[in-house]
Amino acid sequence: MLDLVAWLRAHPDLLLRTGGEHALLSGLSLLIAAGIGLPLGIALTRQPRLAGPVVALVNTLRTIPSLALLVIMLPLLGTGTAPSVVALVLYGLPAVLLNTMAGLGGVPSDIVDAARGQGLAPAQVLARVELPLAAPVILAGLRSAAVQIVAAATLAVFIGGGGFGELISAGMGLLDTPQLVAGALAVAAMAGAAELGFGWAERMATRRLGPTAP
Amino acid sequence: MIRLEGVGKHYPGAARPAVDGIDLLIEEGRTCALIGPSGCGKTTTLRMVNRLIEPSSGRIVVAGRDVTAADPVKLRRGIGYVIQGTGLFPHLSVAGNVATVPRLLGWDRARIAARVDAMLGLVGLDPALFRDRRPASLSGGQRQRVGVARALAADPPVLLMDEPFAAVDPLERGRLQREITEILRRLRKTVILVTHDLDEAIRMGDTVAVMRDGRLVQHDRPDQVLAAPADAFVAEFLGSDRALRRLTLLTAAAACRSGERPPEGAPEVPAEASLQVALSILLGSGAEALAVVDGGPRPVGTLSLAAIRALAAGLPDPSGAVARSPPLV
Repeated sequence: MLDLVAWLRAHPDLLLRTGGEHALLSGLSLLIAAGIGLPLGIALTRQPRLAGPVVALVNTLRTIPSLALLVIMLPLLGTGTAPSVVALVLYGLPAVLLNTMAGLGGVPSDIVDAARGQGLAPAQVLARVELPLAAPVILAGLRSAAVQIVAAATLAVFIGGGGFGELISAGMGLLDTPQLVAGALAVAAMAGAAELGFGWAERMATRRLGPTAP
Repeated sequence: MIRLEGVGKHYPGAARPAVDGIDLLIEEGRTCALIGPSGCGKTTTLRMVNRLIEPSSGRIVVAGRDVTAADPVKLRRGIGYVIQGTGLFPHLSVAGNVATVPRLLGWDRARIAARVDAMLGLVGLDPALFRDRRPASLSGGQRQRVGVARALAADPPVLLMDEPFAAVDPLERGRLQREITEILRRLRKTVILVTHDLDEAIRMGDTVAVMRDGRLVQHDRPDQVLAAPADAFVAEFLGSDRALRRLTLLTAAAACRSGERPPEGAPEVPAEASLQVALSILLGSGAEALAVVDGGPRPVGTLSLAAIRALAAGLPDPSGAVARSPPLV
């Protein structure tokens, strides 16, 4: 314990740099996963015939272990941040996509019918009715994607992506337990923060749908 | 005014059309109750009027405009739409729900706020109490009232209602049917009401249109449909008690021989009571005739069992009591 504190005191710059890398890697990956998953999920709920095959494909993607996904990128994209981000995007995409589809699919059809019947254009039905009602489920998808990505980003170090994984792998290589534990705890803390943040947003979105206004 | 000319809907691959060349005219300010067994095409017909379903053939004219040529989104903003279970937006307040179409039409805030309060008052909800509540905190009947207020908010000349009160408990349903009918008459809305409930059709419809297998079988005033079903199907659909139902449409005052002194000791019936009530009093008391009273010093007239019997059978009515509205085109 004291060793850990001493290590942290001695290496604030290293912690800050790897933390920054980890956050950038995770944040960018989540952003891109959301940028693909949300529109794709919306599009697929409008094209139910394509939804089946795409969901099957995405579920297959889910079964590939995260380390394998990262290593697959090595021959394709080389080392560094870019291949790490691509792998992490693929890793986080299923949760975003599937929850977007589940959320939109769960919007009661009579409410959508009423919205269309009042004269909302298709884009207005989506933005003003479907997305707000699907928001809790979509945010739950973003939450699990964020946690998964933050955790998996630890492995990016193996293809030169940096992040807290550096502390862990260096700690293991040098038998430097404090450094290893510091890296592990830092990943856990960042994943926990993502969980709490999106969990809070999810609760807010759910409360908006409740009997009383927030 | 709503006019359907040879309107049909044929889904690709279906053996027979869902709606098969319907001609229907609903005059301005009148309510037409579209009724029939499930699968008869009544809801499809309704949803073609605001183009939630595209007709495969025919022409639909609403308030003088051919809707089959209009932009469907703009068209719907000018047609009120009320559905079963209301379809209120759960994430918006009552006011937000009622303001839906005025917002789409770009009204300013003050005008919308005033309109929302006026609409809530119209449907019997105190704006101060209900404006900021969420649909989830309302009773079924209150929700349905908000649904009607939302449909009327932009003052559309035409209203489409699809089983509007089916999810409401029977007591509240009766009250809603009376109140909403009164509001629609007063505002002179032209209404198509889809229902499977015969009592609702008779209570709310100026006319009743009976559908079967995508075809319009009969369209007439409720008393005419009940008195003279077009065929065996309509007769069976209306039920063996249709003569009794018909009596609910007529008042004692309209059916009695006015000025005629009732026999000594005849039981009394209020002038505004229905003939069904009058018949019940006659049967209960064993009398042959009733004194129709309206609170004045002398009875309005005499209502005999024979007169009720003649009306129930749909015989020519000497007093003209049934002829409430002009004949249909």
